[in-house]
Amino acid sequence: MKYILQKLGFYLVAFWAALTVNFFLPRLLPGNPVDIMLAKLAQRGPVTPEAREAVELLLGTNTQAPLIVQYWQYLGKLFTLDLGTSVAFFPASVTDIIAQTLPWTIGLIGVATVISFVLGVGLGMLAGWKRGSWLDNLIPVTTMLQSVPYFWLALILLFVLGGMWDLFPLNGGYNVYEVSPGWNWAFISSVVYYGTLPALTIVISSVGGWMLGMRNMMVSTLSDDYILTAEAKGLRPLRIMTTYAARNAVLPSVAGFAISLGFVVAGSIVTEAVFSYPGIGSALLNAVGSNDYSLMQGLFLVITLSVLGANLLVDLLYSFIDPRTRARS
Amino acid sequence: MTATTQDPGIAATSARSTRSRRSMPPMTPKLAIGLLIAGSIILFGIIAPFFVGDPSEVDNVGLAGPADGFILGTTQTGQDVFAQLAYATRGSLTVGLIVGILTLFLSAFFGIIGAYFGGWLDESFSLFTNVMLVIPGLPLVIIISSYVPEKSILLVSVVLAITGWAGSARVLRGFTLSVRNRDYVAAARVSGEKPWRILGVEILPNLIPLLASQVVFAVIFAILGEAGLSFLGLGAADSFTWGTMLYFAQNGLALRLGAWWWFVPPGLLIALFGAALALINFSIDEIINPKLRSQTRATRRGWKLSKAELRAATKEDVL
Repeated sequence: MKYILQKLGFYLVAFWAALTVNFFLPRLLPGNPVDIMLAKLAQRGPVTPEAREAVELLLGTNTQAPLIVQYWQYLGKLFTLDLGTSVAFFPASVTDIIAQTLPWTIGLIGVATVISFVLGVGLGMLAGWKRGSWLDNLIPVTTMLQSVPYFWLALILLFVLGGMWDLFPLNGGYNVYEVSPGWNWAFISSVVYYGTLPALTIVISSVGGWMLGMRNMMVSTLSDDYILTAEAKGLRPLRIMTTYAARNAVLPSVAGFAISLGFVVAGSIVTEAVFSYPGIGSALLNAVGSNDYSLMQGLFLVITLSVLGANLLVDLLYSFIDPRTRARS
Repeated sequence: MTATTQDPGIAATSARSTRSRRSMPPMTPKLAIGLLIAGSIILFGIIAPFFVGDPSEVDNVGLAGPADGFILGTTQTGQDVFAQLAYATRGSLTVGLIVGILTLFLSAFFGIIGAYFGGWLDESFSLFTNVMLVIPGLPLVIIISSYVPEKSILLVSVVLAITGWAGSARVLRGFTLSVRNRDYVAAARVSGEKPWRILGVEILPNLIPLLASQVVFAVIFAILGEAGLSFLGLGAADSFTWGTMLYFAQNGLALRLGAWWWFVPPGLLIALFGAALALINFSIDEIINPKLRSQTRATRRGWKLSKAELRAATKEDVL
């Protein structure tokens, strides 16, 4: 119980820190959102003082209140889920945009991350079990795939599979011309079809990390004495591999999986940029491109919240699957 | 304490004469290839910019393939791709270097010092590290860079370092905690050595392989991060890096127009450099984790007795 409370306390502190960063960052950095927006407006014609006032009003920087008061107001607004109005998607509110885009990101990148994890841990287990086999020698190759810049790999795959061979669509989340969103087979199959290539690129570029981590843990675990005992007892190799070695070796990977699940929302940015996928990442890039600061802050908040939530969930789960964590705390 | 003698660090401190040899990775083919590739790319980045022309110079031979005069062809506006590549290599390596150094200092400061002194210092450092770890890096970097219109390479590197050091600090803290409780550190403390001397002379040498591998990771992370950031159009302005080259290639439709000489070399260099550093890290890993070195299960399978030996052994038992 004490462990759970400790963890909850930590995540509260982390969440508060993220909120504070989110609030002070725009106010401490040299660029001023109002000036940036006015500079853009000025390219189209002279800017009147009224326009400046209107922009300040829009961005909520018109108050002369001291920072600390603004900070309290900001915290108060958050608890009523009032994140302001988006400039880029005017007149939609930031909360609406998040509600629209989040399912896409979680669907695509979440599924890809799970596939990559299961595949990587499975292959890593086999590679560690049979050291020096062809699978084990494959590991440096997959690690090399990891050091290829993700967007570069994705672009080349997109070019070859989407452009040259025409196997997959080039961009988008579903076929906007033929199907309309809804719980029907046509829409779902279109979403799966459009999501295959992005998911494939994510799996290719991330499976190597899981493989390497699992393989190394497997090798470490196999040198433990209890494995020797299990072998001496004459247990079947399959049983030793799965219930004796892999079960213990997988623990660090599970912890890593937690962290990567949290980064599903954060890591989607580049993927969605390459495939023009209608998720959180595209929304963030749109917000950056059109200086939509309230949307940027709102999205950063959601991203942070999802990372913290996933971490908390796994910390709690971890204390059940690995009792040593509880004992240590 | 037989278990700890496996640790190369301990072995090194107990036998000072062999320290330098033991703390250096053995020259395996992996390490040799890694060092060779990384070394060539670094040399290319240092030397090549002196010998190539102006990378921004516009020519009227646009999108020409590799031919005489232009080793790697030209871009859409007739700029020499090879010259750009030379400057870009230098730019990207600079980013990697700055981030590597900053990560080294930040993670060593928050990881090692906190763990050694313990108490409230450790608590607060560790809390700070963990908070930094869970705050997502890339979105933060994107938001920071969207607020700063004129970005230099230095600024991009500092931002990447600030968002990336926490993982290393946590690893270092874990290892320092285990080292500080070892007997020889206690002995040094009892014999009245100053804390800074214990940190620098007794503890730090054990952490060198770990520090090295963390820095190598930080460099890979930085170069990939910078490339991603530049690809999104948020990188350093007015400077060449592998990322900005890819950004301009993508915007110039290099892929659609089949201009592989523009699009492939920067990505390939990133991949090669990353792979070389990963190979070096494999070799460092084998020092940190001795279990990866010994062929445990495979050797055990070799523990078979021939029939004659078995007979001899049982005979001795009987006798």
